[in-house]
Amino acid sequence: MHLAHYLGLLHRSQNELAGAFCEVGRAHDDEPDIHHICERLAVQCTEHARLLEPFVQRYSEEAVDEPERLHSTLFSGTRSGPVGLLRDLHDLYLMAAECDMAWTLIGQAAQGARDTGLLEVVRRCEGETAAQMEWLGARMKQAAPQALVVAS
Amino acid sequence: MSDRIADPWGSRTPYGPPATVERLAAALPGRLKDFLPGDFGRRSPWPVRVDAFLAEGVTEDDVDAWVPSASILHSNGDAMDIAVSGGRIVGVRGRADDRVNHGRLGPKDLYGWQANASPDRLTRPLIRGCGGELAETDWDTAMDLIVSRSKALLDGPGGWGNLAFYTSGQLFLEECYTLGVIGKAGIGTPHMDGNTRLCTATSAAALKLSFGTDGQPGSYADVDHCDAIALWGHNVAETQTVLWARMLDRRHGPRPPAMIVVDPRETPVAREADVHLAVRPGTNLALMNALIHVLIDEGWYDERYVRARTIGFEELRKVVADRTPRWAAEICDVPASAIERAAEIIGSSERLLSTVLQGFYQSHQATAAACQVNNIHLLRGMLGRPGAGVLQMNGQPTAQNTREAGADGDLPGMRNWNNPEHIRELAGLWNVEPSVIPHWAPPTHAMQIFRYAEQGSVKLLWISATNPAVSLPDLARIRRILAGEDLFVVVQDIFLTETARLADVVLPAATWGEKEGTFTNADRTVHLSGKAVDPPGEARSDLDIFLDYARRMDFRDKDGAPLIKWHDPESAFEAWKACSAGRPCDYTGITYGMLRGGGVQWPCAPGARHGTERLYAGGRFNTDPDYCETYGQDLLTGAEHTEERYRAKEPRGRAFLHAAPYEPPPETAGGDHPMLLTTGRTVYHFHTRTKTGRAAQLNAAAPDPWVELSPGDASALGVAEGDVVRVESPRGTLEARARVCGTRPGVVFVPFHYGYWDRGDSGPGDGVPRAANELTATGWDPVSKQPYYKVAAVRVSKAADALGVLSAAPTTGAASPHDPRVPVTAGGPEAEAREWTEADEHTEWAGSGAGEYSGTAGTGDRPRDRSGSPEKFETSRWFEED
Repeated sequence: MHLAHYLGLLHRSQNELAGAFCEVGRAHDDEPDIHHICERLAVQCTEHARLLEPFVQRYSEEAVDEPERLHSTLFSGTRSGPVGLLRDLHDLYLMAAECDMAWTLIGQAAQGARDTGLLEVVRRCEGETAAQMEWLGARMKQAAPQALVVAS
Repeated sequence: MSDRIADPWGSRTPYGPPATVERLAAALPGRLKDFLPGDFGRRSPWPVRVDAFLAEGVTEDDVDAWVPSASILHSNGDAMDIAVSGGRIVGVRGRADDRVNHGRLGPKDLYGWQANASPDRLTRPLIRGCGGELAETDWDTAMDLIVSRSKALLDGPGGWGNLAFYTSGQLFLEECYTLGVIGKAGIGTPHMDGNTRLCTATSAAALKLSFGTDGQPGSYADVDHCDAIALWGHNVAETQTVLWARMLDRRHGPRPPAMIVVDPRETPVAREADVHLAVRPGTNLALMNALIHVLIDEGWYDERYVRARTIGFEELRKVVADRTPRWAAEICDVPASAIERAAEIIGSSERLLSTVLQGFYQSHQATAAACQVNNIHLLRGMLGRPGAGVLQMNGQPTAQNTREAGADGDLPGMRNWNNPEHIRELAGLWNVEPSVIPHWAPPTHAMQIFRYAEQGSVKLLWISATNPAVSLPDLARIRRILAGEDLFVVVQDIFLTETARLADVVLPAATWGEKEGTFTNADRTVHLSGKAVDPPGEARSDLDIFLDYARRMDFRDKDGAPLIKWHDPESAFEAWKACSAGRPCDYTGITYGMLRGGGVQWPCAPGARHGTERLYAGGRFNTDPDYCETYGQDLLTGAEHTEERYRAKEPRGRAFLHAAPYEPPPETAGGDHPMLLTTGRTVYHFHTRTKTGRAAQLNAAAPDPWVELSPGDASALGVAEGDVVRVESPRGTLEARARVCGTRPGVVFVPFHYGYWDRGDSGPGDGVPRAANELTATGWDPVSKQPYYKVAAVRVSKAADALGVLSAAPTTGAASPHDPRVPVTAGGPEAEAREWTEADEHTEWAGSGAGEYSGTAGTGDRPRDRSGSPEKFETSRWFEED
């Protein structure tokens, strides 16, 4: 059963997203909304990872060998300036999208495994991940015209 | 005669609630009320009391003309007549027949007009010369400079993004709309906001989220009918004195309403209230969630109303499920029993009136907390009928107009920037291509405009009638931005404010009493303010300045005709009416002629003689997807929801119950900064004191800033009344004398009015800083984008001994001193104002509509027994069930 690998993937992705939110928030602390909301969302991601932990443990006992190139790195540090902010938020968006789809797939798997406990965690967290993407998308859409067309 | 500095609220005229038959008549829709005999259903039992103040030596016989107007120094919209003699303003008198104030005026209205005639009014345009000094010039030179700079910046793709407008809740409706059209259809920039962002953005956000559009559900007349009043972070005694007088008159009359207040300070409201919840700053949402927990847990909600007229109950129930009073007591640091008592009052009231202001709006989780006030009323089915109302108050006098007419971060006519059909309507109205009107994202909020200016992409910032160099958070930063080499700053004002001193061009404006126009108060009452005298020197009305700019910029519609097709206040008002048609703020039935007879509440369609007293009667809300002003926002992040998501909820005219868990504020007290700063107002000053500081009586009542400390904190710090204390935050420092009074332990209060103009400077320079916003942080509510002024961590230390000097804090308001030796604040003979009540047998005031009522008579004593109420909650179904 490969579910353990996907749970591990999401667990790792959530922790990486938490770290990335923290880094981006710190790097752009002159944008107080980015700073505060990133800080808050990092806490949310860490909590998601914590909720996944018991399932990662449980399913790892039944795991077979890890498939190749399971994990891909999506974040390699922050940038500065208005376009830099846009790129950093774009990175976060892609990382959140990876988590979002992983929640969907794990939700499917949980139904297949008849694991109501896992399904409950998915239901609780996937909405928050979607809301994170919603905020990142909205904030980028707001910033894009000024950063890409107006700023010299 | 009455010293209205010593007594800001004037003498009591106690009264009781109207009889049941009056209330039933008042509950009828406006068009049905028009068929009732006389003014049945509209009259108020609140007695008339006409307040007046005339310049020394002037009597009413000397007055050549009384010009109708309303208050411009707070948001209550008190109607008054301006007395004119020999071409000068010589005083004011309240309008007896106006629905808002029944003749009363507050201290700022009575004395504030004198600032108009200050010798230091701006009378000629100024431009910054090569030497860096501002020098007088003529209008052509000043306007040509602005226009050539604007055109150069607009040249090329993305030019719109170089220009931004920051305006004020001081301009008239006609000016807001004209500026809105110039910005949105002439230049095509989303970078427009008002200082209303600082005072009322959360009110608008919460109303939109809960009810679909902006628009105050309640009416001031709800004070007459209610059996309980809850004031959520609202020191109404100092912010809207006449509304407080009305509440006090009910409290002193038969069958008085119960009263609850949430405020960390011992305000006059807290001293009067039955329950005072002095919560730790930043914890409002925890309190609200606990109150709602009790209402649901005890079954104190209207199950049928909730089912038929709202969406979101299950989610709300889940979020507050274990949020008990005991849980909130810990977070808010108030007794659980007090929370329970407040819930009981709310839960047992039959007609609850809520008012909300800066204690909620400028604090942590502002919109989420303000939505919970709406939730209480939705849960209890207490909206749209007499006495059952919500007033999400405004701070600025014309804040409602910046919001509805499009001079701030909203589209004109409460349209939804995310709804292409609404954009097409505006494009059709203005005869421009829809693509001209920026609608790719929400309009840029004030703090983001200043950030773009800081980063250099906004290169021209036009500031009208406001003073961000004193009123925005973290002033050192704001001064740095405004003084920046690459930012071209235009300031349009009546005095050389701190902000004007940093400008490249200063335009002298006319003000209240010197120009005609309308404005709308916090309960949707529109007043016409007449031109009583000419402005000084070459000063021009803000409308004339905007019209002149549009002409010189040669803004055109798509057929080549001038974009701005109006030329004076009344034609601008007519243009605005067309924009408002069919929208919640429908002005189409209102004319200048009608307004000369007194205030009218919108919406007012053609043929309606009186406007609409309350919104959402019958539980029909403005949430239809094609009509609403927003598709919703996430309460944690502020992210806008999509149209699809909104439509999927099938609102069908139902209201939204929004839920959000409490989160600790981003800045909490501790370590180097163990106390929490909260800022606010005094009853004697408006905003940055540019007018009230120039009115002798008001200035003398509160001439300098002060620092409020609780007795325990003061003694721990070794500070006594009058000692000079230093308050420091990570942003800055200020020094002022201490007032030891009834603020919450651990909380420091500093009024935000004081800056540096009276020292002849834009900032502290080498002197001692004294502006509260030296300390506040750049940060804002994610939903409403209203800055946090109520939660900044600070440390306080003693800087110098009092040496026999007391603090300048007035004794009448929240800063009522613990030290009995402090002399009481009084205005003396110069502040003697007149008060006429019916008992005085004076009939000198014009009109008498409100005075004719002969219902329940008030008594002078204060019966607190509410058990005598014979009325029962009407059990008949008064709202629509699907």
